[in-house]
Amino acid sequence: MSDHQAEIETRRTPGRLARAWDSDLAYSFRHAPVAMVSAAVVLILVLSALLAPWIAPYDPFDPGSLNLMNGFTPPGQPNAFTQETFVLGTDDQGRDVFSTILFGMRISLFVGFSAVLLAMVIGVVLGLLAGYLGGWVESVIMRVADIQLTFPAILVAMLIFGIAKGITPPAYRDQMAIWVLILAIGLSDWVQFARVVRGATLVEKSRDYVQAARLVGRRPFSIMIRHILPNVLNPVLVIATISLALAIIAEATLSFLGVGAPPTKPSLGTLIRIGQGFMFSGEWWILLFPALTLLALALSINLLGDWLRDALNPRLR
Amino acid sequence: MSALIRLEHLTRDFDVSKPWLNRVIERLPKATLRAVADVSLEVEENSVYALVGESGSGKSTIGRIIAGLVPASDGVVEIDGVDIVSGDAARIAEVRRELQMIFQDPYASLNPRWKVRDIIAEPVAVRGGDVSGLAERLLEQVGLSAADAGKFPHEFSGGQRQRICIARALASNPKIIICDEPTSALDVSVQSQVLNLMSDLREEMGLTYLFISHDLTVVQHMADRIGVLYLGALVEEAPRDRLFAAPKHPYTQMLFDAAPRMDAFGREVDPPKGEIPDAINPPPGCPYHPRCPLATERCRSEVPQPRMIGETRVRCHHAE
Amino acid sequence: MSDPVLSVRDLVVEIPTRRGVLRPVDGVSYDIAAGEILGVVGESGAGKSMTGNAVIGLLDRPARITSGEILLTGQPIHRLQGEALRRLRGRRMGMIFQDPLTSLNPLLTVGDQLTETILEHLDVSPAEARERAVAALDEVGIPAARQRIGSYPHEFSGGMRQRVVIALALCAEPELVIADEPTTALDVSVQAQIVALLKRLCRERGVAVMLVTHDMGVIAEAADRVAVMYAGRLAELGPVRDVVTAARHPYTAGLMASTPDASRGQRRLRQIPGAMPRLDALPVGCAFHPRCDRAEPRCRQTPGPTLSACDGRAACWFPLGQPKEVLA
Repeated sequence: MSDHQAEIETRRTPGRLARAWDSDLAYSFRHAPVAMVSAAVVLILVLSALLAPWIAPYDPFDPGSLNLMNGFTPPGQPNAFTQETFVLGTDDQGRDVFSTILFGMRISLFVGFSAVLLAMVIGVVLGLLAGYLGGWVESVIMRVADIQLTFPAILVAMLIFGIAKGITPPAYRDQMAIWVLILAIGLSDWVQFARVVRGATLVEKSRDYVQAARLVGRRPFSIMIRHILPNVLNPVLVIATISLALAIIAEATLSFLGVGAPPTKPSLGTLIRIGQGFMFSGEWWILLFPALTLLALALSINLLGDWLRDALNPRLR
Repeated sequence: MSALIRLEHLTRDFDVSKPWLNRVIERLPKATLRAVADVSLEVEENSVYALVGESGSGKSTIGRIIAGLVPASDGVVEIDGVDIVSGDAARIAEVRRELQMIFQDPYASLNPRWKVRDIIAEPVAVRGGDVSGLAERLLEQVGLSAADAGKFPHEFSGGQRQRICIARALASNPKIIICDEPTSALDVSVQSQVLNLMSDLREEMGLTYLFISHDLTVVQHMADRIGVLYLGALVEEAPRDRLFAAPKHPYTQMLFDAAPRMDAFGREVDPPKGEIPDAINPPPGCPYHPRCPLATERCRSEVPQPRMIGETRVRCHHAE
Repeated sequence: MSDPVLSVRDLVVEIPTRRGVLRPVDGVSYDIAAGEILGVVGESGAGKSMTGNAVIGLLDRPARITSGEILLTGQPIHRLQGEALRRLRGRRMGMIFQDPLTSLNPLLTVGDQLTETILEHLDVSPAEARERAVAALDEVGIPAARQRIGSYPHEFSGGMRQRVVIALALCAEPELVIADEPTTALDVSVQAQIVALLKRLCRERGVAVMLVTHDMGVIAEAADRVAVMYAGRLAELGPVRDVVTAARHPYTAGLMASTPDASRGQRRLRQIPGAMPRLDALPVGCAFHPRCDRAEPRCRQTPGPTLSACDGRAACWFPLGQPKEVLA
């Protein structure tokens, strides 16, 4: 065994950061230009959304700062009345489009992240239970999932949204809209998490390390959390990324249809809905810039998800 | 000497029916697979009992029933005098601590996301025992180094992983270790290392092994007593030297003839006839009769009961 | 003497990886004559399957042949690609894999698969091809071949399925068959049947067979000559009886001694310390030296010799059964 010890001594353990940089995932990232560009776009968009209160030139939610005279200012040109200039122009109420996009993206991303988190928690828990326990638990969970899959997700979301809105007192509706939106999208999206986690759980459950854990008397829930969960997280991560893009689009769709974020607190979808009304009257920028932002955001998250799926799939490597 | 493990008329059926709806539509009956059929045996303390058989012989199922991973359908399973099928729950939990298992595939039996230290200490940690320094001590005992405790399983070769599995099995100070094909996934030169380690540990710690394998040379090297399984039934059981010197059951004889030998250059033997039948529809009577050169009318209708010939217990109408 | 059917000369297969170039096959040379079974043994990762795949042109990218040559009856085939390679495969070279299920198409009957292969490679009428398919199944010992020809692969048992694969590999009457662990997935009794079948077909048809396996017992029973591989190189090559009973390479000797054998009656098995090095961490000098009890400074410094540099039997500076001074 002296060779073995010598080997350990000569191979100094590198730091956590160095190991992460040297990992196969990081290597594959460094050799995927599409993934790098997508990641850069996502990073810039998310950062600018997070930092919106500091980098946005105006606060579009502060009615006091609005000047209706600034309405319909084209991008990059001074307003005919106030001589103020706006990079991406203003909307009908004189709100700076650039600022509304930054703040709108905040809402879109918040709803997207929260909805995916909700869907992930529900899906992972139910998927683990179905896969590990089997029997009637599995039958009930998977049949509910199957039934929900037969309806388009957006319909399910609208249904949940409608019910939730019906039981919220009107005074709180605007305030609650965001949370209802998260609940609706999250509940419409858990099925694919549950299905994938159930499948992966079935595979892991048949492996002998799970048998070894049963043998020493570990309880089923402890096995699910400590043994199986860490081993099914890779596919969950991939689905979560792709779901994020879908959730942002779902939010935009709902808001575009007028059942999502209220105009007082506009998301990207609400902005597109507002802008859509001015598309043919010449004020194209009110629609175009929010739409482009949504496109860039959803597309780069999606491309990142595609890369992640390939990079984490050992069979494709 | 006393029996540490005692099986009496152990039987295990698996439901292999198609889903309920398919059965209704296709008018199929319920199908069961008898993986273990009326097996009785005793494993003496401080000995190595080997179960040999081909795929579908039920050898792994028996191991898993004794380990408590698969319930028995019928029969008695006693470990250290405690009936683990219908006994008192507290005593069963007690006796379970004395039993550990080593699995076939060293790549699947270690959780890839756990550090070796946590893997080895798990049997003790689950029961709230003291685990400080435990993994390091056991690693050195199985021929690895204490510094390996902080690594992950993927940093080890197959043989080293099997050593880690052995260390885990030793952690709770068991009396019995069920070894389910412990070396069949390993290369020959590594297999001998692992087998030697297992022999040494048995002597040092007074362990009892239930050794499950399809490899006759390994069984011959390791076992004190051997049971031969065919389609879930124990067809022959004898002390090692007896069995290899004078196999009684035609199936055992066929197995010995068919096994490849290192000294049989260009051997021309009549290969055995037929294959293992479908366990869902096993042949009536003696399960081996369709392939047996000795088979008569009686073998086709009547299931042979175990009988003693000298030190050998055999299930055959014609063995002598 | 006529040309050997297969002649491999200094074959090198390389896999470029992010951490450097690996050589799973490094300077391997051997011949197989008609009617001869060459056994190729080694532990997992020794390069035995990779050698077989290189010969039949089935290397998965990014693995590729970087030097050496492969001659099939004297004609180089290592540069063939695409259509030419495909026509050669099946017609002149057959392949038998470990898992019969992966080499059969589950959606076609075995008769269709056989007939299709025969029609593609031989100039016969469809009716004739059908007859030949029946004959092929019959020859590999499938009972009631004429009735079973309409069955699908899943309707056969594991052993019968492997027989179908052998029939498929042989139906176009190839000169060379590469059998990669053909019995590993089978039970002992079926394994004996398949080994006997391979031997019979090799003798009757005069086919050259490359039998890749990790099971020394199978080699001892079936092979005429055996090639022992270690870390991508040939460690020893010779008639099977000589190699098994009087190994010259310390690795071969260790391998034989560590196989359990009750006739020796030992309480402990002989063991080779350590494990085969990974290809990305090969030691300097002879790849076996860290595990070798005969290693001398020369073994640690200079790369191990090739077979031809030694006596043609063992690639070792200090082979067993010879006084050390002679070579040192």
